[in-house]
Amino acid sequence: MQVYQSTVDPAEIAKFEAMAAEWWDPAGKFKPLHMLNPCRLDYITGQIAAEFDRDLTDSTPFAGLRLLDIGCGGGLLSEPMARLGADVVGADAAEGNIPVAQVHAEQAGLSIDYRHTTAEALADAGEQFDVVLNMEVVEHVADPLSYLTATQRLLRPGGLQICSTLNRNPKSYAMAIFGAEVVMRWLPRGTHEWSKFITPGELFDLLRQAGLDPVDRKGFVFNPLLWSWSVSASDLSVNYVTASVKPG
Amino acid sequence: MDNPDQARIVRHMSETQDILIVGGGLNGPVLALALAQAGHKVAVIDALPVQTRSEDGFDGRGYALALASQRLLAAIGVWNRVADHAQPMLEIKVTDGHAGAGPSPFFLHFDHAEIEEGPMGYMVEDRHLRPALLAAMAETDAITVINERRVVAQETDHNGASVTLDDGTELTGALLVGCDGRTSGTAGRAGIKRAGWDYGQTALVCAIEHDLPHNGIAHQFFMPPGPLAILPLTGNRSSIVWSERTEMAHRINALPEEDYLQVLRPRFGDFLGDIRLRGGRFTYPLNLTIANSFVAERVALVGDAAHGMHPIAGQGLNAGLRDIGALAQVLTEARRRGEDIGFPPVLERYQQWRRFDTATMAVATDAFNKLFSNDNPALRMARDVGMGLVGSVPGLRRAFMREAAGLSGDLPLLLQGRQI
Repeated sequence: MQVYQSTVDPAEIAKFEAMAAEWWDPAGKFKPLHMLNPCRLDYITGQIAAEFDRDLTDSTPFAGLRLLDIGCGGGLLSEPMARLGADVVGADAAEGNIPVAQVHAEQAGLSIDYRHTTAEALADAGEQFDVVLNMEVVEHVADPLSYLTATQRLLRPGGLQICSTLNRNPKSYAMAIFGAEVVMRWLPRGTHEWSKFITPGELFDLLRQAGLDPVDRKGFVFNPLLWSWSVSASDLSVNYVTASVKPG
Repeated sequence: MDNPDQARIVRHMSETQDILIVGGGLNGPVLALALAQAGHKVAVIDALPVQTRSEDGFDGRGYALALASQRLLAAIGVWNRVADHAQPMLEIKVTDGHAGAGPSPFFLHFDHAEIEEGPMGYMVEDRHLRPALLAAMAETDAITVINERRVVAQETDHNGASVTLDDGTELTGALLVGCDGRTSGTAGRAGIKRAGWDYGQTALVCAIEHDLPHNGIAHQFFMPPGPLAILPLTGNRSSIVWSERTEMAHRINALPEEDYLQVLRPRFGDFLGDIRLRGGRFTYPLNLTIANSFVAERVALVGDAAHGMHPIAGQGLNAGLRDIGALAQVLTEARRRGEDIGFPPVLERYQQWRRFDTATMAVATDAFNKLFSNDNPALRMARDVGMGLVGSVPGLRRAFMREAAGLSGDLPLLLQGRQI
């Protein structure tokens, strides 16, 4: 495994590989994310293609686009974006995720710049992106407005931000906390704090205050009969996603 | 290197492909063309020399392509190469025959005018379909064809698949697809087991020339030893498929030509006038085999490798083309959203789409054959009444026709004639 950077302790590699295998096990701990992923990717790829006039039937339609994946985890979104040709930076505040994601990307033959950092630090360093993926993060931050302002500063004028989160209503409480954490045990208990959930109206207001123009919102809906997720134009009652553009 | 062709071949062989297809029969090339058109880079590994695949003489073999199958071939640019040689099937007549006693008064009549989508299907001869596939592949840069090489080893892990050929060449890719038939080595090496049973019947296949025109009508007679199908080819020619108990079939097939015809003639009467054999005679043992899984780590199975069916209703190739339509669509949608095309959830989507459909079809054709390959008077009466019922209720008849034309179920885009 001498292909890895010399800065990584070789004794740690086996551990990172095991953790990467866990992230990428479709039936394992991150099963709910893997189930949601095709649906998230359909939305993300469709919005990027529309905004930057790209043809998804091309082999690398996102070539030339610099993309930031905030809260990249094991790279479940970073890898598809790199495969489509984007120049990807994956950022995660959890330091342990970075070598894990790196190991997996190298195994997959993908070049991705994974960094242990935050949106605020990247913005302060003057980093600029065409696309910022801000998926299932905003409901975990202490100050959503200051966080979203940082993500806005990371965009070039005309850049696109995709932001998804959880709605706040009795149904989202039942589905996301009682259903996903307690009943299905898809997520560890305490993953979510319901009072931090944000309604679509509130998120649009926050995005505008942060200096972005919200242009689209859709729901991610789970169908228990088909046991799969789909994008819905009308049902934003639990999981939903927004697209915003930085004016310029 | 002095020989530029040699240089090109060597370079291709050292390349990594997206998808490795094992099997150069019909399904392998069709899948390769469907995938290449959608932007994938593929290699097709064929154990046979290319000459064997492109021999031009008429050997009597033909395929009854359902309308949906014809649409798939049109969508991947193959149909225009065979259209001039295809015979539309305008009507299908199903009769409960009884050797020596003539057909029963009950019969089913399917007329394409009732489904309003075109003919029920087309008959295409093997000698036209294979060269068309080879020519289309040769014109496609994204397809590398490797002839006269067998796979001697395959390896998969969570990152990819590789195969070693009998000349030592190693090919790697994200996914390995077995289009290598009922005895699929790809399935075997992947540890996929099969279930199945033998019918004790063998199909006899030949082509005839007849004095009277067939008017585009296909006939299916159900007789105690097994069904007999007369499928219209271009001109005054028809393809004949009939089945007999295996021992009897081999005895018939060994007969001199005139004696063979003496056995055949009374089985469908004289409505086409006098008949003569054209091309060769073939036998195919009838058995049903289904793979316990259509996918494994970095492996997918297509066509007979996944499900060898009783060819009673010509559903073998048509079912394979449905697999191809589904797999090409699943892989292309995955690729366009940036997924790793060999990732287990991607392959599971293909399996979910095709496995239920296939099991249903296999069980239905098996039951159909058991019901009709029987001379029990009660069963015979039951099926006559059943056929009378199906035939007299237009809605029911249309449902049967749409099924036969391959137009029912959750159709992959290619089988609707649409691009992915």
